[in-house]
Amino acid sequence: MKLDLKKKKLREINNTLQNLDNKKNDRDFVIINPEGSHALCAGLNQEMKVLIKGHVGYYCGGMNQKAYLTIDGNVGTGVAENMMSGTVHVKGNASQSAGATAHGGLLIIDGDASSRCGISMKGIDIVVKGSVGHMSAFMAQSGTMVVCGDAGEALGDSLYEADIFVKGSVKSLGADCIEKKMEKKHLDKISNLLKKSEIKNIKPDNFKRYGSARKLYNFNIDNVSSY
Amino acid sequence: MSDNKKTHPRISWTFDKYTNSEIRRAAETGIYDIRGGGSKRKLPHFDDLLFLGASMSRYPLEGYRETCNTKVTLGTRYAKKPLELDIPITIAGMSFGALSGRAKEALGRGASMAGTSTTTGDGGMTTEERGQSKNLIYQLLPSRYGMNPDDLRKADAIEIVIGQGAKPGGGGMLLGQKISDRVAEMRTLPKGIDQRSACRHPDWTGPDDLKIKILELREITGWKVPIFIKVAGARPYYDTALAVKAGADVVVLDGMQGGTAATQEVFIENVGQPTLACIRPAVDALQDLDQHRKVQLIVSGGIRNGADVAKAMALGADAVSIGSAAMIALGDNDPKWEKDYNKLGTTAGAYDDWHEGQDPAGITTQDPELMKRFDPVAGGRRLSNYLKVMTLEAQTIARASGKNDLHNLEPEDLCALTVESAAMARVPLAGTNWIPGIKNKK
Repeated sequence: MKLDLKKKKLREINNTLQNLDNKKNDRDFVIINPEGSHALCAGLNQEMKVLIKGHVGYYCGGMNQKAYLTIDGNVGTGVAENMMSGTVHVKGNASQSAGATAHGGLLIIDGDASSRCGISMKGIDIVVKGSVGHMSAFMAQSGTMVVCGDAGEALGDSLYEADIFVKGSVKSLGADCIEKKMEKKHLDKISNLLKKSEIKNIKPDNFKRYGSARKLYNFNIDNVSSY
Repeated sequence: MSDNKKTHPRISWTFDKYTNSEIRRAAETGIYDIRGGGSKRKLPHFDDLLFLGASMSRYPLEGYRETCNTKVTLGTRYAKKPLELDIPITIAGMSFGALSGRAKEALGRGASMAGTSTTTGDGGMTTEERGQSKNLIYQLLPSRYGMNPDDLRKADAIEIVIGQGAKPGGGGMLLGQKISDRVAEMRTLPKGIDQRSACRHPDWTGPDDLKIKILELREITGWKVPIFIKVAGARPYYDTALAVKAGADVVVLDGMQGGTAATQEVFIENVGQPTLACIRPAVDALQDLDQHRKVQLIVSGGIRNGADVAKAMALGADAVSIGSAAMIALGDNDPKWEKDYNKLGTTAGAYDDWHEGQDPAGITTQDPELMKRFDPVAGGRRLSNYLKVMTLEAQTIARASGKNDLHNLEPEDLCALTVESAAMARVPLAGTNWIPGIKNKK
């Protein structure tokens, strides 16, 4: 089904996707003329495929559950924020806070992601084919971030148990984030995510692994200079 | 030496016993003091205001006979289903994690029995609280611990938390000793580690962004439920105006007497403004935007009785919210646990180390044995009783002021006992027609 944002309002389109007509059981949608609309495809909660042809604004695919969303363009702030499951694939670049606080699912960004990519992530897998900006994976709790390009300043600042893999350079590591030994299970994890993201020309052992030193997990006055 | 040549030992006003003990504690431990609750210092407050009552120029209503409406509807601006409450006293957000599941259940029970709402808090929505709460407000906090769209759709309203009166600009901390398996699972963090709640939201930075965030929340919930914005008592005029601009249905304004589960003592006592000082600027903002009574204002921070409720509403609030007082109603700081408080180095009425998880009353703990001390059914009944008493008290004052609705109370019903409170509340100093800062007031 084709949904045209020039002809229908945001509310109508989101409502259609949030409340699928079970009699028709149409689960394949194309949205045209998004023209930077905010909150497009937010709160989807069933299995379906949605292709958005064009650029979108903030919070595209916010809190997604189960849906497979492809954006053939760039995305604004907070794409797939707090996603629970499903897949969001951005074919262009992403603005800040991509995948923020997301609990699950897969976010693929073919271009670059701006600052705070994966901030407070809680279980999502994020694959960025380009580079990520400063403060990415800030306070990241759980999940995996794979960056095929470079990472900006303060990567993984104050992170918890998330795994970060970067192929290129890291401008600086944030508080309590350290480079860690790469084990087979980590290589397998990268391999799996690269495969899911249809990235074929990069080998898992090209990446370095970063994680928490766990020194700031319980407050200690002797660590105060680290904050 | 005879007695008349001795002077009485003089304790410094500046270096009093508490101050000295804090200096010694800091010197011994090397860490600042963390505690729960709100500001404990003496601040200008509702006690500094008095109702004038009816007189020759005002006609009172009969105390127990004539009706005085207490109902309030919250979220009339945009929501398809505004929150309709029997009383204008709501229960503030307190997290599962800071409080036990049983305590959250009791808050839901008490609020529902009294015809009002309760609020989740950091850490997500528990089944106990949702199950027992007729009206449950789901908080969207910077940490987004436990935030998920299924619970969002179960909520009767959504409250975006920008700040708390106890710590404007500050985040939170739940110390490792309170992180049980269940709390850890809900927050997606390892058991036993200190859990930091961020001070700012991860996916928006200012009111222009917030407007879009609110659009997203409305789209996810089908524009059905009201969106509240909770701000600390920092810059109440501008914070309220910006909340309205961002699209709030309801503004919750929390003064510095408002409690927290845990933050630094220095933060609680030195950042923010007293509740009394915040109300009039917030009402100014609503009136300047022609949104007073259209965007509802909920005031919290040190509300203790029906007189406080009536005073806040007379100054322009549509409703109030209670947190610390609700906990006391449940049994927090009850003298019956005095021996246990003494073992913790404190006394009933002063216990505020809620973050340590050793609460003798079994309310602010995740310890299975301590939690058993608290009965959620009895606790809910106590809270309901207390809410009803507050409502009756507020009605008593309103009737005596000639008002058949709590929302008809007005600043002209009040006078102030101090110059400071007169200036903050913009009501005349008792016995005068002087409102400091207001010229030509007759």
